Amino acid sequence: MATESSLRKDRPAIEVRGLYKSFGDNEVLKGIDFHVDQGEVVCVIGPSGSGKSTLLRCVNRLEEPTKGTILVEGVDITDEETDLDKIRTRIGMVFQQFNLFPHLSVLRNLTLAQQRAKRRGKSEAVETARRNLAKVGLDNRENAYPAQLSGGQQQRVAIARALSMNPDMMLFDEPTSALDPELVGDVLEVMRQLADEGMTMMVVTHEMGFAREVGDRVVFMDGGVVVEQGKPEDVLGNPQHERTKAFLSKVL
Amino acid sequence: MKPSTRRRLFRGVLYAIFVLAVVAVVLVADWGTIQTNFFNPDVAATLFPNVVLTAAKNTIVYTAIAFVGGLIFGLLLALMKLSPVGPYRWVATAYVEIFRGLPALLVIFGFAFAVPIAFDWRPPGGSAGAGLIALIVVSAAYIAETIRAGIEAVPPGQREAARSLGMNPSWTMVSVVLPQAFRIITPPLTNELVILIKDTSLLFIAGMALNERELTTFARDAVSQQANATPLMIAALMYLIITLPLTQLVAKLERHNKRGR
Repeated sequence: MATESSLRKDRPAIEVRGLYKSFGDNEVLKGIDFHVDQGEVVCVIGPSGSGKSTLLRCVNRLEEPTKGTILVEGVDITDEETDLDKIRTRIGMVFQQFNLFPHLSVLRNLTLAQQRAKRRGKSEAVETARRNLAKVGLDNRENAYPAQLSGGQQQRVAIARALSMNPDMMLFDEPTSALDPELVGDVLEVMRQLADEGMTMMVVTHEMGFAREVGDRVVFMDGGVVVEQGKPEDVLGNPQHERTKAFLSKVL
Repeated sequence: MKPSTRRRLFRGVLYAIFVLAVVAVVLVADWGTIQTNFFNPDVAATLFPNVVLTAAKNTIVYTAIAFVGGLIFGLLLALMKLSPVGPYRWVATAYVEIFRGLPALLVIFGFAFAVPIAFDWRPPGGSAGAGLIALIVVSAAYIAETIRAGIEAVPPGQREAARSLGMNPSWTMVSVVLPQAFRIITPPLTNELVILIKDTSLLFIAGMALNERELTTFARDAVSQQANATPLMIAALMYLIITLPLTQLVAKLERHNKRGR
């Protein structure tokens, strides 16, 4: 049983060992070893189909790994006995398509899981929600419905929703890819602010500028394996592998 | 001949045929007989207020009971159909296939006569009660399919978002998936309701006491007593008064849904 006391803060936030994932005959991840340290911001880049989103989705087991081990703060989330719902409250996730609940107001989007999954009382949930809405600059929109917000605002609400669970780490799955270009900046700004506060972050992204400026480490994936990783200036500025060079020459 | 002339000529011919048909009907029809037999004010007067206070009221009450029962039972069947446990899925699938394939009339007959005799069972509410149970059984099969389609129409990202926040499968279903599913299926569900209103007319086969009669049974009895078809017309009018607002509502909801997308 994974209890809160068994979560080890001295362990890497995320530790992936020998991870394989297949969809039918299609092997998407071919033996990934990967980790994110406490307080570290790791940006995962790579061409589409490289498996980077699948890797991220395995970390909170939205995808079921075919083989391998995934430890979150020392707890094996692939273990049958692990209370997955409890672990998930400690891992915030932000989706490419925002995935706000369209039938609920902004405030209710933020309080629902606090009350249902964390068993917080209503007043505490509302207070936490308002604090996080203020953090993403949307404290005046708590009564709006998602459809009334721009894409950038929706994504900031989604970030605030994840933060309202007080997670230890945040997963971002291409958070700006579905946004109009002029709305990308606000979302990246919120993410930069989070990084500055010391949040542990795993970010699958195509925003090379963000990876360079905010990332502590950049991981380049291609064909279901980690090809190259290191400091952003090294990987992005002086790539060692041909595949990295070929990818960067297309996106930079 | 120019294409525009030809089009105009063709349309003119269509109008002419229509006018001829109307004139023929007006000339041929025996208006006096039609009025005496179908729209007889004296016969109509004898039907009120019972046709409203008993018959129409019963139609609405039976519809409401069958619809609410069908919704609850249908939701259960839909969840069974989506269950990871095989036997639940099989049972629900078999149920839906069987009761969508049978005539409602046959099921009502079975519940009102065959089942009580076979099992020495006194249905709650007598024959009408047995008939209503049959209507619930049948409507649940249709509603289950509608609800299942609605649940599957909710984007998978919604479920993923809820689960990633640590909500368990039950809360995810109740707080996130079902509210959106029911929004999607409001138009087809309203259609089910309209169909159910009309299907309450099949309850006549169960045989009902005077104060249990719904519109069709009431009208049938009145027709045979008075040897006049006016009660049928009054019943038809009552059905339309009940169903037309609902079909209008469906059309409105569908327009609204289209705009929302």
